[in-house]
Amino acid sequence: MPAPTIAIIDYGVGNLRSVQKAFAAEGHEAIVTRDAGAIRESERVVLPGVGAFGAAIDTLRASGLESVTLDAAHSGRPFLGICVGMQLLFSEGEEMGRHRGLDLVPGRVLRFDEANLGPAARGVKVPQIGWNALRFTENGRQSGLFAGLENANDGAMVYFVHSYFCAPDSTDTVAATTDFIAPYCSAVARGTIYGVQFHPEKSGTVGLRILDNFARMPVPSPVPPSVLTPA
Amino acid sequence: MLTKRIIPCLDVKEGRVVKGVNFLGLRDAGDPVALAAAYDAQGADELVFLDITASHEARGLLFDLAARVAEQVFIPFTVGGGIASVDDFRRILATGADKVSVNSAALKNPDLIRAASERFGSQCVVVAIDPKRTGDTKSGWEVHVHGGRTKTGVDALEWAERVYQLGAGEILLTSMDADGTKAGYDLPMTRAVADLVPIPVIASGGAGTPAHLADALTKGGASAVLLSSILHYGEFTVAQIKEHLSTQGLPIRRASIG
Repeated sequence: MPAPTIAIIDYGVGNLRSVQKAFAAEGHEAIVTRDAGAIRESERVVLPGVGAFGAAIDTLRASGLESVTLDAAHSGRPFLGICVGMQLLFSEGEEMGRHRGLDLVPGRVLRFDEANLGPAARGVKVPQIGWNALRFTENGRQSGLFAGLENANDGAMVYFVHSYFCAPDSTDTVAATTDFIAPYCSAVARGTIYGVQFHPEKSGTVGLRILDNFARMPVPSPVPPSVLTPA
Repeated sequence: MLTKRIIPCLDVKEGRVVKGVNFLGLRDAGDPVALAAAYDAQGADELVFLDITASHEARGLLFDLAARVAEQVFIPFTVGGGIASVDDFRRILATGADKVSVNSAALKNPDLIRAASERFGSQCVVVAIDPKRTGDTKSGWEVHVHGGRTKTGVDALEWAERVYQLGAGEILLTSMDADGTKAGYDLPMTRAVADLVPIPVIASGGAGTPAHLADALTKGGASAVLLSSILHYGEFTVAQIKEHLSTQGLPIRRASIG
C-alpha cells in the first residue's frame, strides 16, 4: 500500500524546497526525492521544473526518472506538473530547438512572441513575471484543483514567471486560461494528470489552496497484493 | 492581465530588520518573518530583503533569515546585499528564496551574471543598478556603488543593456539622485532603461506619495516599484497604495483570501 506521502521528483532542476514547505504549511507531508522506489510508492507525485524545456527534459531523461514519472502519471494517482513541469507534460517544446516531451497531454509549448501571437506581442516584456488572474474552464471546475476558488473572479491571482506557454491540441484538457498578450492555457487537467504554469507555492493563499486541493484528491484504492503476486 | 508589482524592501542587518514598520499588534518589529507575513497580509506582491552589513560574517545569518521567511511566507522574495559568487546564489536559492540581487560584485565580475543565469535560470537573477546624474558618461547617468558614494565611470544605459545580454532577468533601478528625497522617481531615467531592455525594470528611489508610484508605473514604464521609506515611516500601507493605484486604472492585484 502506498505511503501517504507526496513525492516531489528531484531530477536536478529548480527550487523544490519551497514546494515542500508550502505543502507542509497546509499540513501535508511531501518528500523531495530522486529514488524511483519512493516515487513509485508515494500516494501522489509532483513534477517541478524551471529553466528551459530542452534542458529540463534532457535532465529528467539523464536522471533515469522518465519511466517512473510516466508510470506515476499513468497510474491514476494524482500527478501535478508545476511551471516547466507542466510544459514537460506536453508532446513537444520549441525552446532552443525542438524537443520531445512526455506526451501526456497532446500539444506544444511555444514562445510568447510575434511568430506565435502576431503583432500584439511586439514590445511586450517577456518573461511574464508577476501576478495574473486565472479564468477556470468547465473542465477546470470539475477537476477539483480549484475547489473553493470558483467564485474568486479577479481574486484568483497567482504568480507566474515564464517565457513559453502551453498550447494544447484540444481545448478539452484546458483547466484555466490567463490573459497575457492573448488568452492562453495556464492550467491543464486530463484525468488525474494536472499541470499549472504558475507557481502555487509562491501564490499566497490562493496557491496554498490549490496545493491543498491536490493533496486531498482521491487516490485509487490499492491493488490487492494477491493480484500482483503470481500464483 | 499581468498586474504591476508592489514590492516592499526590508533592510536587514545581522539577520534582523532595521527601519522596519511598527505594525499594530506586531511584537517584534525587527523579526523578518513577522514583518514579511504582515506585508504579505497587506497585499505585497513580492518582498526584497537587502543585507546592509554585507559583511562575510553576517552571511550565515542572512541564509538563516531567508530559510525562516520561506517556511512561512508564500509569496516570492529576493535576497541581496554582498552576494559575490555562484555559491552564494546556490545557498540563498536553496533556502526557498526565489531571486538573488547582485550589485557591485556584478560590476567587478560581470561573468557572475552569466554564470548564475546559466546555472539557475535568468528568472532568479536581479541586477541592482544605482545610477546618479553626473554627465560624465554617454547617457549622463553614471553607475555608482557604495550607496552612491563611489563613481564607477560606467554608463547606466550601457550597463543595463550589458546585464540583459549577460542573462539578467530583471533590473532593480535605484536613482541615487532621487533616493531619500520623497520628491518622486527619476522618470526619464526609468523610462530610458525600461525602453532599452526587454526585461522588467523595478523602479526605486524617491517615492513620497502613491501618485509618484503611479508615475513610475506609467510614465516611467516600470513593471514594478520598490518601496522603502514610504512604508517604513508608516505614512502609507501597501493596501492604501494599492487602492490608490487601482483607482488610477492601473492593473493591480487586490489582496484576497482564497
